Amino acid sequence: MGLTRSGLNKENINMDNYITKRGKLDYFLPPDIQEEIRAQIVGDIYQEAEKIANKVLISPGEESALENRLDDLLTSRWLGFPLMLFLLAFIFWITIVGANLPSEILASGLFWLEGKISLFFYWLQAPGWLHGILVHGIYRTMAWVISVMFPPMAIFFPLFTLLEDLGYLPRLAFNLDNLFKRAGSHGKQALTMSMGFGCNAAGVISTRIIDSPREKLIAIITNNFVPCNGRFPTLIILASIFMHASFNNTYNSLLAAAVVVAFVLLGIIITLAVSWALSRTLLKGIPSTFTLELPPYRKPQIGRILLRSFLDRTLFVLSRAVLVAAPAGAMIWILANTGFNGSNFIQHLAVFLDPFARLIGLDGFILLAFILGLPANEIVIPILLMGYLSSGLMMEPESLDSLQRILIANGWTWVTALATMLFSLLHFPCGTTLLSIKKETGGLKWPLFTFFLTTAIAISVNFLLVQFLKIFL
Amino acid sequence: MLLSDLKIQEKAEIKAIRVSGRQGRRLLDLGFIPGTIIKAIRKSPLGDPVAYRIKGTVLALRKEETDLIEIRRIE
Repeated sequence: MGLTRSGLNKENINMDNYITKRGKLDYFLPPDIQEEIRAQIVGDIYQEAEKIANKVLISPGEESALENRLDDLLTSRWLGFPLMLFLLAFIFWITIVGANLPSEILASGLFWLEGKISLFFYWLQAPGWLHGILVHGIYRTMAWVISVMFPPMAIFFPLFTLLEDLGYLPRLAFNLDNLFKRAGSHGKQALTMSMGFGCNAAGVISTRIIDSPREKLIAIITNNFVPCNGRFPTLIILASIFMHASFNNTYNSLLAAAVVVAFVLLGIIITLAVSWALSRTLLKGIPSTFTLELPPYRKPQIGRILLRSFLDRTLFVLSRAVLVAAPAGAMIWILANTGFNGSNFIQHLAVFLDPFARLIGLDGFILLAFILGLPANEIVIPILLMGYLSSGLMMEPESLDSLQRILIANGWTWVTALATMLFSLLHFPCGTTLLSIKKETGGLKWPLFTFFLTTAIAISVNFLLVQFLKIFL
Repeated sequence: MLLSDLKIQEKAEIKAIRVSGRQGRRLLDLGFIPGTIIKAIRKSPLGDPVAYRIKGTVLALRKEETDLIEIRRIE
């Protein structure tokens, strides 16, 4: 080969020439020489690009001292992981503290409106069942979903988008990559998991950033072990009212945040364990290559963050929840208002499920709520309360105190709360997530596999926990 | 000497990429070209991957990749 770097590297090289040249060379030459030439061509393209860049750019130089220090801190051997947990706990804490008041205001507003709508129905002399389905079924479910979900989302999503905008998430992937490598999966799984905090369906779609099909599947199957926005309220509410009801408010919220972080950690551990097991059995293979850019930190654009997180995340997740909750609310109202032998269908179903549910620390009503909550996890607690009250109406959300009284009256202990939170973390993904898995994998095989795997894990972990606690309590 | 042997804050010149095919091309596309100057910036908390500054950007690579890149250390 007479080609040398200087031979190719002339001034004013026309990029188009390379492409035609390369096509011809590929056709005639043995592979190793092709590679060599390819390296030279790429090198020359880079040199040319650098030359152009040097003419028009003022060199940004090395990263700033502040940035360097920040990176040293955030990815340091001793502080990298603790800081990660602290950031997470801090975001949860702000969400817990900040969401309470707007939640109450929204709830009272929406239920004031319900009264007006009911009056309108009476004025129309609409039949009772129509008013029941539309107002007590559909409207009240939607009001629950909006008043419970909207405030935490409106706080959590902008904070999370802020972390994204600052450039923290690539550092997170950098910190965690080693664990994922050992589990046989991809470091970018940390990023798809972060998306899962918002919404598992979005998390599943975000796995497109992983090139290797094997690692993408692992990321898809395990995404559900990250509690999504629809499950955070359940975790936060149960943590708030059960783990430490006797403390004052600041301790309350801090401890609730700590419990939620503990559940997130457990979710991550289970993600790694399941990834490890999958990449040694069903999805065998060696980890693919990992290259991740750590971009410079950017000054966050607050206005854009608020707008983007509101439009792309809050409104998206909320509208989806409302759309799913509306028909579910109608169906639950019908189940709760029809029946035989003096009990409604919800009670019959709960009695039927009860023996099995007890084995895993739940009761029939809780398990039924999880099953009926398949379309959207955010309606699990409302369905549960509806079952307990069995008044045929979904109850109005009041203070957390009244919620606690209802649960205790129905035999809840802190073990029940723990088991319910655990089941919520591990159980089958919601309907939308399953549909996203079907779309991403192009068939029914993987959504079904994910459904059965997660459910089996939830049942076994809950069963073991309950049996373990029985021995020691 | 391999890139994986380079210590933090040390600089080197890339000599060759020991892998061809898709993986090699990917490294080329990212700017790992013979003659380029590279500097090891920092390790992740568990020691691997390591972040390198190359052509003005910071890239994190696993040991599996840095074992494939031959370098010559420079002062």
